[in-house]
Amino acid sequence: MARASFAGRAAIAGIGQTEFSKDSGRSELRLACEAVMAALADAGLTPEDVDGFATFTMDDNPEIEVARAIGAGPLRFFSRVHYGGGAACAAVMQAALAVASGAAEVVVCYRAMNERSVQRFGTGTIPRPGAATTESAHFGWYAPFGLLTPAAWVAMQAQRYLHDFGATTEAFGHVSVACRRHAATNPAAWFHGRPITLAEHQASRWIVRPLRLLDCCQESDGAVAVVVTALERARDLRRPPVVIRAAAQGASRDQHMMTSYYRDSIGELPEMAFVARQLYEQAGVRPHEFQTAVIYDHFTPFVLAQLEAFGFCGRGEAKDFVPGGRIELGGALPVNTHGGQLGEAYIHGMNGIAEAVRQVRGEAVNQVSRVQHVLVTAGTGVPTSALVLGRD
Amino acid sequence: MIARPGITHDNRFFWEGLRERKLRIQRCSACHQLQHPPAPMCTGCHSFELGAIEASGRGTIHSFVVAEHPRIPPFEYPNVIVLVELEEGTRLVSRLRGVAPDDVAIGQPVMVDFERVDDELTLHCFRPARS
Repeated sequence: MARASFAGRAAIAGIGQTEFSKDSGRSELRLACEAVMAALADAGLTPEDVDGFATFTMDDNPEIEVARAIGAGPLRFFSRVHYGGGAACAAVMQAALAVASGAAEVVVCYRAMNERSVQRFGTGTIPRPGAATTESAHFGWYAPFGLLTPAAWVAMQAQRYLHDFGATTEAFGHVSVACRRHAATNPAAWFHGRPITLAEHQASRWIVRPLRLLDCCQESDGAVAVVVTALERARDLRRPPVVIRAAAQGASRDQHMMTSYYRDSIGELPEMAFVARQLYEQAGVRPHEFQTAVIYDHFTPFVLAQLEAFGFCGRGEAKDFVPGGRIELGGALPVNTHGGQLGEAYIHGMNGIAEAVRQVRGEAVNQVSRVQHVLVTAGTGVPTSALVLGRD
Repeated sequence: MIARPGITHDNRFFWEGLRERKLRIQRCSACHQLQHPPAPMCTGCHSFELGAIEASGRGTIHSFVVAEHPRIPPFEYPNVIVLVELEEGTRLVSRLRGVAPDDVAIGQPVMVDFERVDDELTLHCFRPARS
């Protein structure tokens, strides 16, 4: 695999976010603008410096509306990535590619949504049912039978994972306990001050068996933005650069959107294993060189599968890796030190990127000591992406 | 109301088959590979010449979920949804009838059945089969 020419040549120069809530009381576009302005201020840049944007196809705030509101432009780079939360790190990759190639100088990545108060993802609605389109045909294999929610789509693979590897739902619970422990000491987290026990996880109500309420991420209102520019330029800005050591996307053989049920083994995430191979090649690091990781946690079972995909443990061994505090602060690999999407907020993975930046800078509320490299991953069950962020 | 499947030129044979109480699997006319969900071409040999066979309807439960929340009309809850591996080798998602949620297990043999929704739409479901 050729070493990617952009790896290590772009940096995150600023981060910004709104508060995370269940009802923001203002428009998604305003949330986007607040986060973008905060990220620019953090970087010591102004809207006039921005010449590019990157976001998700699922974001409902067009680049031109954000640009018009903040007074940015002209824009010479705008790019969006599909597949839900799988786009999170990919948007930053788009920005890194743009600034490393010279296509743009300052690219802001953002995700803003009133996901809890306006359009909940967990209610079982699908786009354009009955339309003669490829995506509607896809949903037609699932929705008419009641397999309608992200929790349900993930649960099908989670059930087989338990069967294949002899795990119990307590393995899911250890992930939830770790994230909630970290959220408990993060004032920005929705579940600040509210840790849970494994017993409370096991006693929480079923959503879609084998997933319980405490296996499911929150639904949230809020926005996060990050400013990406060339490493050389970032060195002259207000904050120490957080270097994008590696960035990769991945879709694997026989990939489906949340329903990759047709491969020989459905208890793993080969698309994330493919992303892992690319990241390790680009960054020249191995699993033991991450001091902390932000592992996308829309649902706990896929945190286990990701730990395996990245080689933190062997295939099927995550059930033995997660107990005993190993993924908590003070453990070998603290995961989701902000509380994750289970504990802090569900901003489609963008809040995890912000946390990874804080860990590299050394300013996280749950700071891990001597951080050199942080892994951050995007949505799972979908075509996905991930980043390795590191110190300059 | 049940969310309607998007019917395209690639999958019409499947949904029309259900209206005739037939469970069909797409088959490549050139290399005879079976594939589900259907595609516009053979994923094995790249032929665009595709047909279909009628499945026996026998299979086993490869995985399953029990949907409890949210409760979305018109489904009854708890709703047992299964990933069936047909004896021909392809898999598909369906509903399981006639088994209590606590009694469902991976590996159980199942047999196809059909449920008419209205004049336009018939769905497949599965019921326990003797092994």
